[in-house]
Amino acid sequence: MYNVKVYVTYKESILDPQGEAVRGAVHRMGFDEIEDIRIGKYFEIKVSDTADRSVEEVIETICDKLLANVVMESYRYEIERVKETV
Amino acid sequence: MRFAVIQFPGSNCDVDLLHAIRDGVGEEAEYVPHTAESLDGFDGVLLPGGFSYGDYLRSGAISRFSNVMSEVTRFAEEGKPVFGTCNGFQILVEAGLLPGALQRNENLHFICKTVELEVVNNRTKFTSEYDKQELLTIPVAHGEGNYYCDEETLSELKANDQIVFTYASDNPNGSVENIAGIINKQGNVLGMMPHPERAVEDLLGSSDGLRFFESMVKNFIKETAEV
Repeated sequence: MYNVKVYVTYKESILDPQGEAVRGAVHRMGFDEIEDIRIGKYFEIKVSDTADRSVEEVIETICDKLLANVVMESYRYEIERVKETV
Repeated sequence: MRFAVIQFPGSNCDVDLLHAIRDGVGEEAEYVPHTAESLDGFDGVLLPGGFSYGDYLRSGAISRFSNVMSEVTRFAEEGKPVFGTCNGFQILVEAGLLPGALQRNENLHFICKTVELEVVNNRTKFTSEYDKQELLTIPVAHGEGNYYCDEETLSELKANDQIVFTYASDNPNGSVENIAGIINKQGNVLGMMPHPERAVEDLLGSSDGLRFFESMVKNFIKETAEV
């Protein structure tokens, strides 16, 4: 069993208008040292063991096809092996 | 000509499309559910606007995996006409039937107003009834219509004359090169953010959208006669 965390964010070249709006609010709070805020998506995924394909392969396929739109977003993931709880 | 109007959970312009076909151009149209596994007997496919699957994840991202979409892809690969407006356009780019992506509007507002569109390419089976550079009055209603593509895709779109409609006066959403609608290289899949189906009678403020559907019908009749 694996716990996988996936982070999807806009590519650097893509304007993130929501992040810009949040940054504006943070500046109005008085935190001028905040230079940039970008908003992304976070997924927690549980994957069971399969013999025929690797968990990396599964996660990358799901990210490429569904969780991220690779035209404008990029993703990274962390995989943690956990013991099956009975 | 017989049209399929696909209904996804959360579609809300399906009725407008059916009305545009039946009452606007006087052709046949039927609703087809997202669970359908066949498009047999249809000559054209229309993907409506709305908020399919609540726009969860990204607009169009989940609909793209509904049963009917593999059939829509097959239909498109056969060269038959597929049209997506608004959420339908978003589904077509998510499905990879059209290049690029649709981002959140630059100013974050949901925009609902009438815009002026320019017909950039009238040599398509969707726009042959318009004049080149003709200006149309058509409504838009969307929160994620900011068309984006990389430089390489943009130059390809230009080289192949795939930009069909642009926003003529002001760009409501920040889209690249004022793009409002594009067509695939083969010329049978068109997606646009504006709603021609909401502009098919003067009572609604404009009938400029009518010739869009008339173009589809006339070209279908012409192609069928040639076979």
